[in-house]
Amino acid sequence: MSDGQKCSCEPSEVLLFPCSGGSNCGQIAHHAAVELHNAGRGKLFCLAGIGGHVKGLIESAKAAKVLVAIDGCPLSCAKKTLEHAELPPQIHVIVSDLGIEKKSGHLDFSEEELNLCRGRLEDELERQVEFIPTPTG
Amino acid sequence: MKKVQVLGPGCPKCQQVAANVVEAAKAVGVEVEVEKVSKPMDIAKYGVMFTPGLAVEGEVVCAGRIPSVEEIKGWLEAEPAKERR
Repeated sequence: MSDGQKCSCEPSEVLLFPCSGGSNCGQIAHHAAVELHNAGRGKLFCLAGIGGHVKGLIESAKAAKVLVAIDGCPLSCAKKTLEHAELPPQIHVIVSDLGIEKKSGHLDFSEEELNLCRGRLEDELERQVEFIPTPTG
Repeated sequence: MKKVQVLGPGCPKCQQVAANVVEAAKAVGVEVEVEKVSKPMDIAKYGVMFTPGLAVEGEVVCAGRIPSVEEIKGWLEAEPAKERR
């Protein structure tokens, strides 16, 4: 391995799959995932690649310990896309279930709405990560 | 002759995957050419985000772990898939 080359042998424990849909709620899902990624709480992953059956991405996702589907609305496209690839998420959050009204075609949202979504995700992650078994041997 | 790609920067885990490939190929009597893909940009072309990864004839069969010799035997004996990657 050459000097300075980073080894990617340790799969991220948490992969984030926002629906990134065309509504305020879809965009909240996306931006909350970006914030968690930037905070090191998980890795933003390519949902489109999973839907497109890109084998390398699917196999990479199988190596993660926690898959998080973040959907804007109850259509649950992110969760269903993962399930089609036999990757059921351990965590599923629906933004509109947090009391945020979905407005199709409207991509704007408030800081407060984004914080609400991110806070829920952080709570769920905290609960879930406690149960990740530590490797033995 | 089957072409097998070991995807990873070349750490001990990648080397173990290559060793398992050689052992599996010997066991099933399949001739293999092992190609080591170590540049991050080249690995990314396979869609592999976590290494080590393994591809048989260009099709990714696993990523983020060391596959067993038994698993690799199955992949070497399988018919090639029509769609790649």
